[in-house]
Amino acid sequence: MLNIRLIPTILLKDGRMVKTKQFGVYKDVGNPKTVARIYDAQRADELIFLDITATVEGRRLLLEVIRSVAEECFMPLTVGGGIAATTDAREILRNGADKIAINTAAVNRPEFLDELAETFGRSTVVASIDYKQNVRGDNEVFTHRGTRATGLDPISWALEAERRGAGEIFLTCIDREGMMIGYDLETVRSVAEIVHIPVIAHGGVGTVQDLVDGIVIGKASAVAAASIFHFTDQSVFKAHAHMKEKGLPVRLL
Amino acid sequence: MIVIIDYGLGNLFSVAKAFESLGAPVTVSRDPTIVGAAERIVLPGVGAFGNGIRFLKERKLIPALHEAVLKRGVPFLGICLGMQLLAEHSTEYGEHQGFGWVFGAVIKLDITGAGLKIPHIGWNQVIFKKEHPLFLGIKQGADFYFVHSYELQPTDLEDLLAVSHYGKEMTAAVGRKNIVGVQFHPEKSQDNGLKLLRNFISWKP
Repeated sequence: MLNIRLIPTILLKDGRMVKTKQFGVYKDVGNPKTVARIYDAQRADELIFLDITATVEGRRLLLEVIRSVAEECFMPLTVGGGIAATTDAREILRNGADKIAINTAAVNRPEFLDELAETFGRSTVVASIDYKQNVRGDNEVFTHRGTRATGLDPISWALEAERRGAGEIFLTCIDREGMMIGYDLETVRSVAEIVHIPVIAHGGVGTVQDLVDGIVIGKASAVAAASIFHFTDQSVFKAHAHMKEKGLPVRLL
Repeated sequence: MIVIIDYGLGNLFSVAKAFESLGAPVTVSRDPTIVGAAERIVLPGVGAFGNGIRFLKERKLIPALHEAVLKRGVPFLGICLGMQLLAEHSTEYGEHQGFGWVFGAVIKLDITGAGLKIPHIGWNQVIFKKEHPLFLGIKQGADFYFVHSYELQPTDLEDLLAVSHYGKEMTAAVGRKNIVGVQFHPEKSQDNGLKLLRNFISWKP
């Protein structure tokens, strides 16, 4: 039986690990290699790295981080942030990533997803979708770290991403990101129920029960979180144990 | 020397580092001469079937593989796509010919009705159907990491070494003689995966 995946996310800026709230103000929370090593030892099911650096130097540091993590953590690694061409994707994969997460570039040019799927295989391509409530109170997809409105609604964009070649949807609710108030279960569920590919819920986890809710109520295939592992005494161990206790199939030691 | 075939796609780095972490020197190469002379060969994972086979053909690697694996009988490990390429043909993005070292076809995972998502992504229990030196010391039902939308269905059940369950029974490993292919990623399966790779290093078929 397939286990439910618990995925810590690691946000990177200039080679350091940071944590944001609603994509705004960020805090330096440490060395990504050290943090990744801990998650590996605690048997996290996968890691997602998202790079928010925009500089050439930051880019080099990203590759360096991925490479050094992949050198010693023999677990699945997904990497996103600034991937705009097939050559960017190839470079990331060659440095130890297993999957690439595409966000802004896919909105700018949706055919990019088709191209990546045909080159690297569908299962390598993750569509990363960030959304928040707009002034009209509707959910809308935003790119460029939540600063640019796209006019797309997350459900129809997820469907198009699937149709074009995404093998997975990484769905982030910007309004909840870093707030530790639980997932936006309604939207997670609407997306998870309409697409045929796995959906990873992200944004808002504050308690281990939020993870269970993401699966049971949100119908997500996997749950991602960051703040809970930094700012509370909860660990990947404890989270897995809680999920197990609530009857979810998880991988234990 | 273990030669990891570099067909220009996907994550070879992790496969190389996994072997190195076990103390086994590796060469990552796309040179037919080096592949033809290898002592052990690993054909790794990521990518689409058509692209993979096209690359191997263009680089004249298929005759080199035949020479090493079929004629000289060196141990061969195919991982994910590298395992699927062993089949006779695949229907991923069109119809493509494989190596035909294992009889059978690669087809899209058919789990309609089970309400399950495709790709099959994550950690799943691997049930060994046969004893094999590669599985030594690994518990029946151990978790391995999978990420795929297609599966190899062998026509000769003698070739089926392990299965996994996802809506239905699905091929997890195939093999005959000096050839083994695994659908999961040992290089991404933490301790269980490293055990399997260590077993491959010392395997004498």
